[in-house]
Amino acid sequence: MSTLPKRVFTRRRLLNTGVTAAVVLPGLSGALKAQAREVVLYNWDSYIDPETIPAFQEETGIRVRYDLFASNDELFAKLRAGNPGYDVVFPSNDWVARMIAADMLMPLDHDRIPNLANIMPRFMDPRHDPGRAHSVPYFWGTVGLGYRQSVASPTSWGAIYTDETHAGRIAVQREIDTLLAGLKYLGYSINTTDPDEIEEAVQLLLRAKAGFKTFAPDTGQDLLLSREVDLALEYNGDVLQVMQEDDDLSFVVPEEGTILWEDDMVVPRGAPHVEEAHAFIDFVHDAENNARIAEWVMYPTPNAAAKELLPQEIVDNPAIFPPDAVLDRSEFALYQGEEIQQMRNDAMTRVLAG
Amino acid sequence: MQSWREQPAAFFVFILPATLWLLAFFLIPLALIWVISFGERVGPVDIAFTWTLANYLDALDPLYLKLFWRSLWIAAVATAVVLVVAFPVAFAIAFAPPRAKPLLLLLVVLPFWTNMLIRTYAMLAVLRGNGYLNWTLEGLWEATRLLLTPIGLGWLTGERFVPLELLYNNTAVVFGIVYVYLPFMVLPLYASLERLDRSLLEASLDLGASQLRTLFAVVVPMARPGIVSGLMLVFIPAIGTFLISDLLGGPDSQLLGNIIERQFKAANNWPLGAAMSFLLLYVAFALLLVRAWLGARGLRDA
Repeated sequence: MSTLPKRVFTRRRLLNTGVTAAVVLPGLSGALKAQAREVVLYNWDSYIDPETIPAFQEETGIRVRYDLFASNDELFAKLRAGNPGYDVVFPSNDWVARMIAADMLMPLDHDRIPNLANIMPRFMDPRHDPGRAHSVPYFWGTVGLGYRQSVASPTSWGAIYTDETHAGRIAVQREIDTLLAGLKYLGYSINTTDPDEIEEAVQLLLRAKAGFKTFAPDTGQDLLLSREVDLALEYNGDVLQVMQEDDDLSFVVPEEGTILWEDDMVVPRGAPHVEEAHAFIDFVHDAENNARIAEWVMYPTPNAAAKELLPQEIVDNPAIFPPDAVLDRSEFALYQGEEIQQMRNDAMTRVLAG
Repeated sequence: MQSWREQPAAFFVFILPATLWLLAFFLIPLALIWVISFGERVGPVDIAFTWTLANYLDALDPLYLKLFWRSLWIAAVATAVVLVVAFPVAFAIAFAPPRAKPLLLLLVVLPFWTNMLIRTYAMLAVLRGNGYLNWTLEGLWEATRLLLTPIGLGWLTGERFVPLELLYNNTAVVFGIVYVYLPFMVLPLYASLERLDRSLLEASLDLGASQLRTLFAVVVPMARPGIVSGLMLVFIPAIGTFLISDLLGGPDSQLLGNIIERQFKAANNWPLGAAMSFLLLYVAFALLLVRAWLGARGLRDA
């Protein structure tokens, strides 16, 4: 029996310091540009299948350098002082909006991404980037509860916030999602700007805190797998990946609805290889390539042509592609300016510190 | 020793690289953070330098002060434990046969060959409910049960083995700090115990002092520079730790270091994070002053 976390896949990954793949940033790229075409990617860990990058290199002759980040705030912190040389990065929806507000992203040339035609129309005009001027959707998903079926059967966020049956066997996230799920439980919008509603959620979490085992740095799925907890607030794909290793694990989106998220491909300002960046984005949305990645990462794809190619059991799996009823009750987090952002972050800090 | 005044040119040539290094990689970045701590956020990435004190006032919020006390308390307990654990180790190495010393010292620094992050993760595998330590205990429990059941005492062991909850609490954080920072205490202790004049120990014992009295009346005072250095080397990084409390701590284990990290990342409030960092730095600085004062007093006493 192995005791170290035996995860093969994991997306939003343990190492907050950002374990870096074998990449040296191209500080010399200017001098070397004439020699070889390349593109520098900065992505979440285990968020692409192993074949796509070699296939892209072979088909286009563009060399890929690949670097990993562990959280949106890490990505943002790295880019805010100036782009250190990345061409395509993969932030989530509300962070895309924040980066657009800070003028950190280049407008995309849709003519150079013909495969945009494969994207489902409902993904083409999102609130965080009207008209997709700066971003192309990569994958999307839900936040929900991963749980051990033999001991728990949650249907509501109350299972972690008010129900004491599983006290001490619950992992929540250190990220803001824990607070947003609390708002959802209380029947409020996750995008509320009402300080009273946010305060109510803070109080809910402070009361529930005694029952939490830990505020995990997005390692809830590992804690489930190693039986440290029976319930974990997590991203759907993360839990699906460990469900392949343990039949007793399952995932549910609570009945109150949840937080939807979408990770995008964007080109940060100062990117040294803009043309190659467009070529890569286009390659990812080729139907076959996209279906292959989707099958591997276990997240729902926004690519209609690729969804056609996916095995039926993936398309029909409600934990991967949530049913419309779930979507109707759920919301994407919005970026509503720094003041609101600050209010929400302070609220989460109070939960963590209190 | 020759005074530097006799060869100023040579002196400056030798000191130049270190000075440049300190300037480029320590003083300038530190100055930047210091300036940011008086700044104001305007927009997602821009900071206006207004020389406001608001960040320091925010940092003195009772909520953060509570975390500050928690950080101090956890660091103090961990440092005390480190001292108690490290002293016998350093003592044993100092009095070990000369041939064994390099090997023993190597064993002390060996953990440094592995990244601290990896070592802390390894602690997870050891301490968790389904980890090495609990497996060992469970094995012992089963063995005891096998022994006791035939003689009718099986009930003593209880119905089933309940794994110890070793992770995700403040004890685990203390344990993690002790584990990671132990060598920082052993090495300075060893350095001062090694230099200790053995004849003084013999004199103390010959004159009728007990072993214990010799330890506390002779060894400890003479090892004081090493003890003070070790305490500083452990305590100062321990009050700022965030990785250990992140990985091993529970819902009530957030330390000031975690909240500072949060300001620089998730909360995107660099000015507040910078102000908090500097408050922590001033505390560390005060401790160094205390140390200098203790050192001066030690010299005078000696």
